[in-house]
Amino acid sequence: MNLLETLQIGLRGVGANKLRSALTVLGILIGVAAVIVLVAVGNGSSQAVTSSIEQLGTNTLTVRHGTFGPGGDGGRTQFKDLTVDDAIALADDVLAPDVQSASPVVSAQAACTYEGTSYSTSITGTWPSYFEPSNLTLASGTSFTNDDVTSSRRSVVLGQTVVDELFGSVDPVGREITCAGTPFTVVGTLEEKGSSGFQDSDDVIIAPLTTVQGHLTGYRSLDTILVQAVSGSAVDAAESEVYSILDDRHGTTDTSSRDYQVLNQASLLSTVEDTNQVFTVLLGAVAAISLLVGGIGITNIMLVTVTERTREIGIRKAIGASKSAILGQFLVEATVLSIIGGVAGVAVALVVTQFEIAGVAPVIMPVSVIGAFAVSVALGLFFGSYPANRAASLRPIEALRHE
Amino acid sequence: MTPVIALSGITKSYGFAETTVHALRGVDLVVDRGDYLAIMGASGSGKSTLMNIIGALDGATTGHYELDGINIDSLDESALSIVRNRKIGFIFQSFNLIPRTTALANVELPLLYRGVGRRERRERAAAALASVGLSDRASHQPNELSGGQQQRVAVARALVAEPSLLLADEPTGNLDSQATSDVLDLMDAMHDEGRTIVMITHEDDVAARADRVITLVDGMIAAERRNRP
Repeated sequence: MNLLETLQIGLRGVGANKLRSALTVLGILIGVAAVIVLVAVGNGSSQAVTSSIEQLGTNTLTVRHGTFGPGGDGGRTQFKDLTVDDAIALADDVLAPDVQSASPVVSAQAACTYEGTSYSTSITGTWPSYFEPSNLTLASGTSFTNDDVTSSRRSVVLGQTVVDELFGSVDPVGREITCAGTPFTVVGTLEEKGSSGFQDSDDVIIAPLTTVQGHLTGYRSLDTILVQAVSGSAVDAAESEVYSILDDRHGTTDTSSRDYQVLNQASLLSTVEDTNQVFTVLLGAVAAISLLVGGIGITNIMLVTVTERTREIGIRKAIGASKSAILGQFLVEATVLSIIGGVAGVAVALVVTQFEIAGVAPVIMPVSVIGAFAVSVALGLFFGSYPANRAASLRPIEALRHE
Repeated sequence: MTPVIALSGITKSYGFAETTVHALRGVDLVVDRGDYLAIMGASGSGKSTLMNIIGALDGATTGHYELDGINIDSLDESALSIVRNRKIGFIFQSFNLIPRTTALANVELPLLYRGVGRRERRERAAAALASVGLSDRASHQPNELSGGQQQRVAVARALVAEPSLLLADEPTGNLDSQATSDVLDLMDAMHDEGRTIVMITHEDDVAARADRVITLVDGMIAAERRNRP
């Protein structure tokens, strides 16, 4: 009696009660599909967040003005501004060898108009060195120069969203817009960056720092200083240099009450990745439980089948079926159920993951597909072995007497 | 020549101590090749127990049993399944065909468990069905066949593996008179071909077809007669 014949007998058993088999298969199907889909959703959301953080640049540090630690600034009497001199000090080659550039940033909200069209957006005042670490590239025209900064020229670079809102299809380069009553000349436009998930990174106007300070914000503290490390691996070294320089300049004595904060994109990224991994594992675990329940369904239905077919088992044994032949027949039945469930589950999962789920585009992890399928087959063998063994161990004389 | 069945001092008891039931109290029986034996007895006389022991479905409590020269007492479960497959063809009162399985596939089953190849299995099963006159019912399932037809399929299944012994347990107990005579005619024909048959029955006219009749009373052979030499 070979494998193929065992398989045929097993398949006949599966086909004998189609509704029952279908329901059992459904249990496995749901389990397998749930594992694959939920892991794909977790994975997809993780990738979305990671890519939006990577878009900000992973070799940058952001120095923010103000305190953010526990306790706030209630106890502080000294609260120094973040200044352009701080930024210049951070770019010092000797004290901060791991810092490539430091760009001071101020921003303001302003309504801008062009030929009667009005649009309110955020205007960022900074230095030309800001473009590279922010992953900003020009789509047309030019950037403003250090010379423009020194002379406070009213030259601006527009993000794609602003271009669309104010100009439509007109080429904006060389034209003049008015923001908060001040006329600016558009010298360039930015390449579209896309939404980062939290905000539209194309909804910006970038202008020389001095111009924005002179016309819009006044000479208050900088909002942030964008620090670029010489490489991705130098970010941590750059971070400690930033701390030591700014602690020195701001006269910080207690490191828990600094009047500034340094955000490290790389460490943010790894935190987010860790969080997402936990999230994905949790989703997978919940789905795995449903797969387990499906497996128990197989045991249940096989036990019913064995009881129902006790007489048949007795007949088979009387005409010479060995213990292993009976064992094989019922194991094959259980495994066929789980394999059909596994294959259908993978198919359903592949279809479902084509769609966005809860705002996340699922990304299938091949290991979850292989894993879920393998587990479903193993479940069939494992959960089918008890009923099959019970069938094989029946004494023929008692099985034959069974009604 | 070795007899097909050689039973000596067979006893069988169930239960313990005071509740012990002695189903067989020492049976000695020899059945030679080509013999046609009927075992008769009232309900509770132990004939079903004897049939189970002869069929290697159950072991004796004490005594010795040789089937076709094989010592059955010492065999384990897997060896017994091989003995049942090769040496014995069963015919049951309630037909015992596998449900939802065609007549042909039912007849093939003993050969399947013996490991005979697909093509040869088909041919031999078809031939066995033809010999009981049911070639045209090969693809019917048991619930599409009459009782007499089902029992003839069971006879074909018992025959197909060419066993040393045909063991029939009240083969006509569930059949009307026409089907009864059909099945008994078949068994007569098999006997004429030289097969060894042991049949359990409680009907005298059925037993009359056999060469030799033994009657069990309270687990012992009480009478034995020969209808034909």
